[in-house]
Amino acid sequence: MDIMGLTAVTLGRKIKEKEITVKEAAQAALAQIEAAEADINAYVTVFDKEAVFRRADEVQKGIEDGTLTNPLAGVPVAIKDNMCTKGIRTTCSSKILENFEPTYTAEAVVNLEKAGAVLIGKTNMDEFAMGSTTETSAYGETKNPWNTGHVPGGSSGGSCAAVAAQECSYALGSDTGGSIRQPSSFCGVTGLKPTYGTVSRYGLIAYGSSLDQIGPVAKDVTDCAVILETIASYDPKDSTSVKRDDYDFTSALKEDVKGMKIGLPRDYFGEGLDSGVKNSVLQAAKELEERGAILEEFDLGLVEYAIPAYYVIAAAEASSNLARFDGVKYGYRTEESEGLHQMYKKTRSEGFGAEVKRRIMLGSFVLSSGYYDAYYLKALRTKALIKQEFDKAFENYDLILGPAAPTTAPKLGESLSDPIKMYLGDIYTISVNLAGLPGISLPCGLDQNGLPIGVQLIGDCFQEKNIIRAAYALEQTRTYVQPEMVRR
Amino acid sequence: MANIISDETIEYVGILAKLELSGEEKEQAKKDIGSMLDYIDKLNELDTTNIEPMSHVFPVHNVFREDIVTNGDDREQILANAPEEKNGAFMVPKTFD
Repeated sequence: MDIMGLTAVTLGRKIKEKEITVKEAAQAALAQIEAAEADINAYVTVFDKEAVFRRADEVQKGIEDGTLTNPLAGVPVAIKDNMCTKGIRTTCSSKILENFEPTYTAEAVVNLEKAGAVLIGKTNMDEFAMGSTTETSAYGETKNPWNTGHVPGGSSGGSCAAVAAQECSYALGSDTGGSIRQPSSFCGVTGLKPTYGTVSRYGLIAYGSSLDQIGPVAKDVTDCAVILETIASYDPKDSTSVKRDDYDFTSALKEDVKGMKIGLPRDYFGEGLDSGVKNSVLQAAKELEERGAILEEFDLGLVEYAIPAYYVIAAAEASSNLARFDGVKYGYRTEESEGLHQMYKKTRSEGFGAEVKRRIMLGSFVLSSGYYDAYYLKALRTKALIKQEFDKAFENYDLILGPAAPTTAPKLGESLSDPIKMYLGDIYTISVNLAGLPGISLPCGLDQNGLPIGVQLIGDCFQEKNIIRAAYALEQTRTYVQPEMVRR
Repeated sequence: MANIISDETIEYVGILAKLELSGEEKEQAKKDIGSMLDYIDKLNELDTTNIEPMSHVFPVHNVFREDIVTNGDDREQILANAPEEKNGAFMVPKTFD
């Protein structure tokens, strides 16, 4: 049986029905990792086989004695390497954390473990999640399973590539400015960024704390809803965790969009959008319309201010969050130094890569006295205005539909030389983080080069159910297309 | 480029950021920060008078809890991550004479 070709929920059901054992599932994942990693490099760390099998046996027992009933029990999962895993190296794809072994596990991962998930590895990413291509990793770039000459997107490029290349059944990613949705789009998989505060950030190594959210990456919408339901929780250990009234996301898996009002922002379909991407995304919108949804174009406003506001806020928060990496308590320390102060500076200069240093410098600048008001506070005021624009939009629409990215996956090596151009690629995803909204990207076609295109659905805060329902309905209109490397 | 970053500014930001940049990196940083600021200056087109800076999207304020220790004593595991340790403490280079 093609175990790795199954969705996570289908595999979980077959495990429950004793068609497949937990160990067989883990074996299949590890075998695919061995077969694909030389080409893809989706993982920074793959877990020791014996340890994975021990865990598989433990979960198998739990399923058989009825203590593990979650649909994901026994299903192999990969975790982005910015989520702490106790006793297992967690690098953020940075040299500065090359040998860091956390003493605790991130809450979202704990929630998965409680549900009987079998962890098989930690996935590659842009260093500290700063990037859109997974090329800033200190452990080599990840390649796109659809065409290994192209990037998988980023920063959760390892998680998305691992799902597309079937090197795991599903994965967790994190999204600060599009880091789940954009690589999901580039890799032809489905990725969901929840409303800010829905999934605990405890144990997620912080980049932009006011923007970061953990979310699922999977083969389909059903998997994403089930995974989200499993990882979401109110967590007193995360002071920004929100106690939601409703954690039931799977009840929205209904093929029903009749009367649903969908807004298409004109600025999301204008200049800079690739025509192939545009056609596919509009086709997806049309299919929802044919099933009873009401489409309407509208002006979202302030779209072009989201990226500059984002880079001020994210860089400012990053410069503060990354101050903790100083060579004292964990991670890399420079070999030789004169005194404490020089040790800090040399350690950080040698341990961080170019993009991380670029953002720390920018962040330190915009927070410095004399510039704080002009840049940092100005960006926070802009954020307030952007949030108002979305509030206005959601008075009229149940959800917003647009592309996840202006193009399909660029070629390796083409993006990093021009940072601003790379940052512009985040134009459709970034404002969602500024406003704390939920968003999903799901495959809606292939371009003329056979690379996947993603359509993004954005909901109002706490309205994941709307985007899940529409995404599920849209998904029923097409079959899941796999990259050639895993077509059997 | 409208924003010219001086050598003094880069030195100062380097101190704030605790980064020791090479000559080449400094030149690159001057260029990068300058062009980013040119781009960020776009925000000045917006009138934000009387708009409160929004740090958090939800009306969440201070979150309090009882000051009770709930985690265990992980001293050994924590110290195992230290680049250098001595007598159960983190060791750092000499800080004063």
